[in-house]
Amino acid sequence: MSLQTLNVAPGFMPYMPIAYKDLVEKGPYGRQIKASDIGNFKEVLEEHPMCSGCAMTLFIRLALMGLPTPEHTVILGTAGCGRLALTQASIPFIYGNYCDTNAVASGLKRGLEIRYPDQKKDVVVMAGDGGLADIGFAQVMHSWFRKEKFTTVMLDNEVYGNTGGQDSGMTPKGTILKMSPKGKKFEKTDMMGLAKTAGVAYIARLTATKPSRVLNTIRKAVMVAREVGPSFVQAYTSCNIEYAIPTPKVMIDAREVEADRYGFEEIMTDEARAYLDHIKREEKKA
Amino acid sequence: MTTKTVQAELKVKEPTKAELQRVVTPEHMFFEAPRTKSFLTGSEVAREAVRRSNVDIAIAYPITPQSETMQQVGYLYAEGYLKDYYRGEEEYGVMSAIAGASRSGVRTLTATSGPGLMRGMEVIASWPGGRMPVVMLIMCRVVNAPLSIQPDNIELAYYMNTGGILFHAENHQDYFDFILKAFVIAEKCDVTLPVAVAVDGFFVTHAKGWVEMTPEDIKLPPRDCYHEAVPMMDNENPPARIARDAPVQKSNFISYHMHASWQQEVWAAQERSRRYIDRYMDGLIEVVNPDAEVFIVASGSACSQSREALRQSEELGIKIGLVKVRSLRPFPTRELREALRNAKRIVIPEYNYVGWLNREVRTALYGHVNAEIMDGPRVFGGVSMPTELIMEWLHQS
Repeated sequence: MSLQTLNVAPGFMPYMPIAYKDLVEKGPYGRQIKASDIGNFKEVLEEHPMCSGCAMTLFIRLALMGLPTPEHTVILGTAGCGRLALTQASIPFIYGNYCDTNAVASGLKRGLEIRYPDQKKDVVVMAGDGGLADIGFAQVMHSWFRKEKFTTVMLDNEVYGNTGGQDSGMTPKGTILKMSPKGKKFEKTDMMGLAKTAGVAYIARLTATKPSRVLNTIRKAVMVAREVGPSFVQAYTSCNIEYAIPTPKVMIDAREVEADRYGFEEIMTDEARAYLDHIKREEKKA
Repeated sequence: MTTKTVQAELKVKEPTKAELQRVVTPEHMFFEAPRTKSFLTGSEVAREAVRRSNVDIAIAYPITPQSETMQQVGYLYAEGYLKDYYRGEEEYGVMSAIAGASRSGVRTLTATSGPGLMRGMEVIASWPGGRMPVVMLIMCRVVNAPLSIQPDNIELAYYMNTGGILFHAENHQDYFDFILKAFVIAEKCDVTLPVAVAVDGFFVTHAKGWVEMTPEDIKLPPRDCYHEAVPMMDNENPPARIARDAPVQKSNFISYHMHASWQQEVWAAQERSRRYIDRYMDGLIEVVNPDAEVFIVASGSACSQSREALRQSEELGIKIGLVKVRSLRPFPTRELREALRNAKRIVIPEYNYVGWLNREVRTALYGHVNAEIMDGPRVFGGVSMPTELIMEWLHQS
């Protein structure tokens, strides 16, 4: 979207909804949002129907702030809780079929590269653990093997939350959920390891405990996908409903899980590291 | 001191044949451009149609009998006629990637056969609702099991209810013309729907036949994606919530009605494609011997076998009529009622067990035509259709 498209004719401005005026005057366009800007700019996502205390919603809001160029970004998702929030954001969102995100993103990114040779269009998949590691597994892996240049963000709540609490491949072993009545029989799928094996250029695992880290990680992932190759971010976004986490304790749980088994981790190729260093140097110069 | 003059060698790259292609109007391509006769396989004919179709991206997964066509489309990509091309992971991934490419605003092509069509069906059935003007070639073959690769067009029975447009090519000439016309019809603003061009596998794809083709230095105009029914997903729109409130988000009467009206609009768009099928394809049906009393109604390769039955009957002094159905979706209900209003007997030869064309024809004619509608003949599983079989059904008392 050209930023000129965002602006309406001056005569119309008084009649535009406040939400739109705020996007024009205080939106995240044309600049990189920092965690310290929270509360002082218009977010692309505000109203949403997510559950009270949902850690995924917090992560999605922060992730959207981390996008380097939201005015040139298209997001894809699939069935699951995440899309309930993502469809409410003022960024074009493709809500496809079950499991198709990484295949659709492959075609979309290639098409956009043909149509916009001089304008980088960022494509970001944001879908759940079930959508990416179970039903969409083949599409995810093959998009990585092909080195498709877009970002995959896994909203890992370790459960099929939207269908009412069944175990997914990302559920930790032993967890009792609605389709694992005797406890899940096998380990959590090692998507980080699989991403590394597949040659993903930038891989990160994190929780939403530190807002600035979420913004930075998403930004790095999108920048690497633009210039180097596929990127993957795996985020712990607990389901306080299905895991019965009391609402006031959602962030306490996030810190505990982070300390126990979900610590911040970054894996990147030499090329990705060189590119991110280059960006840092350029920014310092400016 | 000596000076040396270095003369830069100016290398001017010769433009490729692909770069030298010039855009012509669809009308010029279809009706005015000179044509040269060639003797080619169906797969080669498809390649030549694609060469002239200004396709941006083609994605496919190999399956017999489609593979030969899509690998030849790959050669076109290597020659610069397409901007992108790859072999996908399997048909679900392929049909999804084609959806993504189509939503980005570029012209897209894929092709598949039998089991591949079935595998991709969840996605394929979502193209019409997504209003994606994808062109898909279907080279019909048996749907497993037991495993077989032989000609049989049962798969079209599944595709016909998706909301997408469906043409059934009889021979090499149809195949060439229908592919080019499919792109133009799919991308009309008041249509904006996927178009499938089906052909019976092996009989056309792998056999050689005569085809009259336009010159290879002309191509169709590119896709004009801003003149279509829905916005592109390129983020070139004001920041509206484009995907807001899919019906799944809510369970109330508004969401039910929203989905109902969306489905109605898909099928209405299909109806609106009729005017373009009439304009570009000479109508949804072709009628031979319109004043006959005994008729064959057929589509695809069954038409060619039927033409031979017409010739043999004429030798016996009996005039038989033929209605060739070019467009299965939209279905030529009005046209069939008109063409067959005085028919006494209708025979419907098909290459599948269930007789989907038979059912369609009966539904269209019920209460409108007094003819005896014969329940066959049908062959399937790779069995060929001898003209004698059609003759038996035509002339039995």
